[in-house]
Amino acid sequence: MSTFDTVREMLVDQFQLDPAIVTPEAGLEELKIDSLSAIEFMFLLEEKFNVNAPMERVDIKTVSDIAKEIDRLIAEQHGEKAGEAPA
Amino acid sequence: MRRVVVTGLGVMSPVGNDVTTFFDNLVAARSGVARHSRVYAEDPTPWLTAEVPAFSTEGFTKMRLGTLDRTTLLALLTARQAVADAKFVAADKNLTGVYWGTGLGGASTMEDSYRQCLVNSATARVKPATVVMTMNNAAASEISLDFGLTGQTYTYSVACSSSAIAIGEALRAIRAGYCDCVIAGGADALLTLGSLKAWQALQTLAREDKDNPATSCRPFSADRSGFVLGEGAGAIVIEELEHAKRRGATIFAELAGFGSTSDASHITKPSAPGQARAINMALSDAGIAPQDVGYINAHGTATAVGDVIESDAIKAVFGDAAKQVPISSTKALHGHLMGATGVVEFIVAILAMHHGVIPPTAHLFSPDPACDLDYVPNIARPANNINAVLSNSFAFGGNNAVLIAKRFA
Repeated sequence: MSTFDTVREMLVDQFQLDPAIVTPEAGLEELKIDSLSAIEFMFLLEEKFNVNAPMERVDIKTVSDIAKEIDRLIAEQHGEKAGEAPA
Repeated sequence: MRRVVVTGLGVMSPVGNDVTTFFDNLVAARSGVARHSRVYAEDPTPWLTAEVPAFSTEGFTKMRLGTLDRTTLLALLTARQAVADAKFVAADKNLTGVYWGTGLGGASTMEDSYRQCLVNSATARVKPATVVMTMNNAAASEISLDFGLTGQTYTYSVACSSSAIAIGEALRAIRAGYCDCVIAGGADALLTLGSLKAWQALQTLAREDKDNPATSCRPFSADRSGFVLGEGAGAIVIEELEHAKRRGATIFAELAGFGSTSDASHITKPSAPGQARAINMALSDAGIAPQDVGYINAHGTATAVGDVIESDAIKAVFGDAAKQVPISSTKALHGHLMGATGVVEFIVAILAMHHGVIPPTAHLFSPDPACDLDYVPNIARPANNINAVLSNSFAFGGNNAVLIAKRFA
């Protein structure tokens, strides 16, 4: 499963979203995810992917921004090939 | 003076998650006290608590549930019940407020974050929503958000008097014209290992009756040994009388009096003169005499000292009439709901008047000569002619709060 797929699955689960609208280009605002929920969601992703997000703010606007940021953190912190979510 | 009436009730409690079940269980003396459902790895002590039974969280996303402390969730669900009961229509949302009470706010979130940082790993991060989950005004703010209420929204943290004081202050705010309508009440969900241990250390918790744990809390009984820590929430919708009449609201009772004092004598030991002053202040505020009171819901925490002092305070105010007024402590059944206890017990008092039946003081197995009033022991009592009820809440810190409701006429 790609990082994007995992992120999408978790977004659908956490926010009870219709999977069809959770596209890579979908903006978080459009999905009615506010900034506080976005931070909380990133926290869940950190646990899921076993990475530590930086404390400073990262500019995330779309679903694909989230997946890219996770891939970047995985590469930086585990040196793994991006896109391979741990089982 | 503007009059204030109660038009909606909501409760989430160890003896029921709706007003009908709650009151029926109290009348039938069914206890919500049991062994705590969670066993902590750090300390497998079997705790005795009064937990809110399982409830539906339909309509909340996982993310939403993950960012609400249990206290706030109970508060929100209770406020929704009260609003549904009131068929609430805020004529002016700017004049509709939330007056809420809580002792420890987001206690379990705070404890989880401590556990995460201090036990699991000193470098661990905590949930980003921790601040907004633990702040004491979280519940009031979420209720305000839920209904889009833009009037005064305050939180009172006055230990066990929190929600009684919230209701009393709301009464004053409506009288003074700052609000026409208020959702008032309180919530606490602090059944965490840390707070259980803290209360245990203070030697205030009831000794468990091994044969029948549900009967361990015994207010006014000679064999009493303290209270059982509980969790829960209660909410009432109160309105200025004309506001309620205009929208054709069903009126449960008139919120008629509030008295509040500080003992300034000891941080934990209650004081009969301080309590008596609060009761007198509430009677005078309601414009009634002691003999007009048809039922007292006592604070009755079943501590050795507290029950005697409360009885003495009632005697000081009621004089010869003290032995005639039925008194009960329903904490024996629903536990001590801390910041929620004031509102939940005020709801008991209103329902006793409304339904004409007084829930008993359960588990009063052996009368104590020092507690020699009519505590309605063990069996509910029909009482069709109650015209006024009084509810006592006495907090650690010496903060006393007394509420009076009158039959609406």
